[in-house]
Amino acid sequence: MTVRHVIVGNGVAAISALESLRRLDRDGPVTIISEEPYPFYSRPLISYLLAGEVAEDRLWLRPADFYQRMGAQTMFGRRVERVEPSERRLHLSDGGTVGYDRLLLACGGRPILPPIDGASTGGVFTFTTLDEAHRLDAYLRERDPRRVTVLGAGLIGLKTAEALIARGREVTLVELADRVLSATLDARGSDLIRQGLAAIGAEVFTETTISAINSADGHVREVVLKDGSSTPTDLVVLAVGVRPATEFLSGSGITCGRGIQVSKRMETNVEGVFAAGDVVEGYDITAETSRVVATWVNAAGQGRVAGANLAGADQTFAGSLAMNAVEIAGVATISVGLTTPSPADVDGLQALEDFDAKTGQYRKVVLRGNRVVGAIFVGAIDRAGILTGLIRTGTEVTSFRDRLLSPDFGLVWLPKEYRKHVVTGPGIEV
Amino acid sequence: MKRIVANEQYCIGCRLCEVHCLVAHSGVGRSRLSSLARRIIKAYKDESPRAEPRLLVEEQGHVSFAVQCRHCDDAPCLDACISGAMHRTEEGTVLCDEDRCVGCWMCVMVCPYGVIHCRREEAPKPGAPKAAEQRPPLRKIASKCDFCVGQATPACVLNCPNEALSLVEE
Repeated sequence: MTVRHVIVGNGVAAISALESLRRLDRDGPVTIISEEPYPFYSRPLISYLLAGEVAEDRLWLRPADFYQRMGAQTMFGRRVERVEPSERRLHLSDGGTVGYDRLLLACGGRPILPPIDGASTGGVFTFTTLDEAHRLDAYLRERDPRRVTVLGAGLIGLKTAEALIARGREVTLVELADRVLSATLDARGSDLIRQGLAAIGAEVFTETTISAINSADGHVREVVLKDGSSTPTDLVVLAVGVRPATEFLSGSGITCGRGIQVSKRMETNVEGVFAAGDVVEGYDITAETSRVVATWVNAAGQGRVAGANLAGADQTFAGSLAMNAVEIAGVATISVGLTTPSPADVDGLQALEDFDAKTGQYRKVVLRGNRVVGAIFVGAIDRAGILTGLIRTGTEVTSFRDRLLSPDFGLVWLPKEYRKHVVTGPGIEV
Repeated sequence: MKRIVANEQYCIGCRLCEVHCLVAHSGVGRSRLSSLARRIIKAYKDESPRAEPRLLVEEQGHVSFAVQCRHCDDAPCLDACISGAMHRTEEGTVLCDEDRCVGCWMCVMVCPYGVIHCRREEAPKPGAPKAAEQRPPLRKIASKCDFCVGQATPACVLNCPNEALSLVEE
């Protein structure tokens, strides 16, 4: 019996799944359905595209004949309206239906639209897809807006701000939290990034938000902040975050919390229906709870496991790990896992910190008992990945915990057995 | 595939592997026009930006060893790369296509060996669209061991005086 596979979505989770599926099942029919009209492209690169750092042809991450070689039928520019698991059938926006035996939901997230008076006017954008990048770029060319307000100083907000500054605009960032990158950086790390933002000329307002947008002739003219003050603005980018795109699942019986809930096999509560990527709420290894971790790395890993299981394998995903790498004006930061335990001793967490004001280098390691569960590196970040490795493997660090912060921390400090077991692999002989 | 294996008992921490790695990745590195000694001098003194070694020597007390990209079978950097720069060749080597790399440092963040280096060069990226109103001041590249692609033996292995680095067929 041939098994009909259907993948909804066309981002990194979907493509990892497709490739992984094909390693195990060469011939079974696969259909890939995506709202966007494009082949697989790198969403994180759209800010680099906007900045003019990469050309559009660099966004395509697979060759032109990729889907053909994968033997996948593509239905791009089509939206799934409803899933009907009892009939193993999808209903599309154009009235068509698609049957499946095994289904993967890898449809990602959508930008959150905060309720702001007057937001539906010209010159107000979200910035998560290639189409949105095209629209924003066209607006920059046609109307040449000078002053830009970006709402939200998370990763997308900062990358957008940086790109717009590279395009010669005056940028103001507005953030509801008390600091930029509040989800991933602590106060000190955030402050160092803020200095970077100041160096490239970005103005930052924290602990406030946009309460209204005023326009003239159908285009944004000013934003009004929570305290009633207004700032002249020619362009607004809303970047307060993304949330899993799960609306079309209501009534399907597929369990959703903030995202689609999955087992370690990436399977939903409905047999034969899997999910992966930004749409998923899965186990987070450092938070020790189920939550949405919308990162590229996470999506790629989940997709690979889901794809294999679509093909009948029985793989499990080790769990998500929140992480972020951001560099602004030469200030490079990497944050992994739990970075802001507050107060530190709740849940038995302990934070070790080292800050060198002269060089601006900052390191923080968060421990739960004898294991690392979080890290922040600012400045010299080359070896941050070693900490990521220690977090993932849950390695006991008792014997070298007083070395974790030292500037020359490296593999040499790890106990011989660890080097032999993990590092040596096929590598460093002990 | 072949792998570079380090034996820390034989490593004397002389860092010649670093020197030869740097030279091999410099502008004069593979020219046959001048002697090795002259190439080393040129690579260190005359070239700007100066090449950087793709490996590093770790040392603590009497323990030292060289470490470079392991070219992992299950390479986290491949999963993390948002630009398509990090890729695996047919021979199994993991390479970074430096023209595609945008310096996002996602690979640096996930490499459990910490062997990907954030390289910053003051040169415009070739092929960058002219439309950009302002060019980025720095070219950022994830720099790593390329197994001295095209050479029979990587420079670090070839030049290790104590055979602390060797090439092993798996």
